[in-house]
Amino acid sequence: MEVISFVALAAGLIIGLGAIGACIGIGIMGSKYLEAAARQPELMNELQTKMFLLAGLIDAAFIIGTGIALWFATANPFLAQIANLPK
Amino acid sequence: MAAEHGPTAGEYIVHHLTHLQNQKPKGVLDFSVFNLDSIFWSITLGVLGCWLLWLAARKVTSGVPGRFQAAVEVLVDMVDSQAKGIVHSAESRKLVAPLALTVFVWIFLLNAMDLLPVDLLPVIFESLYAAAGHDPHHAYMRVVPTADLSVTMGLSLSVLLVCLYYNVKIKGLGGWVHELFTAPFGSHPVLWPFNFLMQIIEFVAKTVSHGMRLFGNMYAGELIFMLIALMGGAFSLSATGIGLAIGHIIAGSAWAIFHILIITLQAFVFMMLTLVYVGQAHDAH
Repeated sequence: MEVISFVALAAGLIIGLGAIGACIGIGIMGSKYLEAAARQPELMNELQTKMFLLAGLIDAAFIIGTGIALWFATANPFLAQIANLPK
Repeated sequence: MAAEHGPTAGEYIVHHLTHLQNQKPKGVLDFSVFNLDSIFWSITLGVLGCWLLWLAARKVTSGVPGRFQAAVEVLVDMVDSQAKGIVHSAESRKLVAPLALTVFVWIFLLNAMDLLPVDLLPVIFESLYAAAGHDPHHAYMRVVPTADLSVTMGLSLSVLLVCLYYNVKIKGLGGWVHELFTAPFGSHPVLWPFNFLMQIIEFVAKTVSHGMRLFGNMYAGELIFMLIALMGGAFSLSATGIGLAIGHIIAGSAWAIFHILIITLQAFVFMMLTLVYVGQAHDAH
């Protein structure tokens, strides 16, 4: 029982903390992009490519974390380990 | 699925996360295991991608292009202009730009398998498997090859090999070894081990993060599609859960639309990083 509740907490923390970081990152980048595009609209297309590239990079760590957390939550690997422990 | 009882949520997910393998892996790292489903789908889609591009190239006309030719031209132009901006040697671009295009098209197609309904191909495979006289409980099939760590790490290792090749080709073997020992900090002999260590860490980190990024995105996407499918499954088990069915449709559509962005973006990111890493191999420090 303890394992299940700890894993649930861990999954929540992994997703939540990851989301904080990724969202702040994307927010800062988006605001800078808009500022830059307002100052120099002729650079918009070039900057847009770079912004999407960076969005992919920033998002990656968070999405990897989400994947791992969902895997823990739905197909808990630790329960199998406990079942295999010598009694 | 099971004749006597439906699978529980955990069983359903685990079943969908198991590869069709030639044997059970003995440990975390077992090179004698082949994920047959990933190999089959990646080769099939690679051939499909080559065939599509060949089709466009065969009917190419210098007059007014058709819609298909125009789309392929836009794609090739996009990759070419990115390659020009990052890899400055025109001779290397003869190999690297087509490589980047291949990587983009192939990974995009592999990722796009995520947009098929999660149970469509596994159920077809299961019925074929049962028709061939095997136990349908062991009919494992994962259709998104990029949600398989072996495939993405294989891709990123190939990129590493290309980078090493260009390091040797551009700088010469001696020049590259010189750079390995003198590059980030300086050429004083005391600093050699630290320089070498930093270079090795850089290569390992680049390769691992390159493969993990694609894998993580696709794996999480696949898992979320499964959870959404489970929500629809829970509807059929309960008499009053009509909200679940509506939620299933809304969540499924929303995630699928968002996922179109993700699969394109990740294929693009993988292609751009391939170009950036090969471009770095051309820079002398």
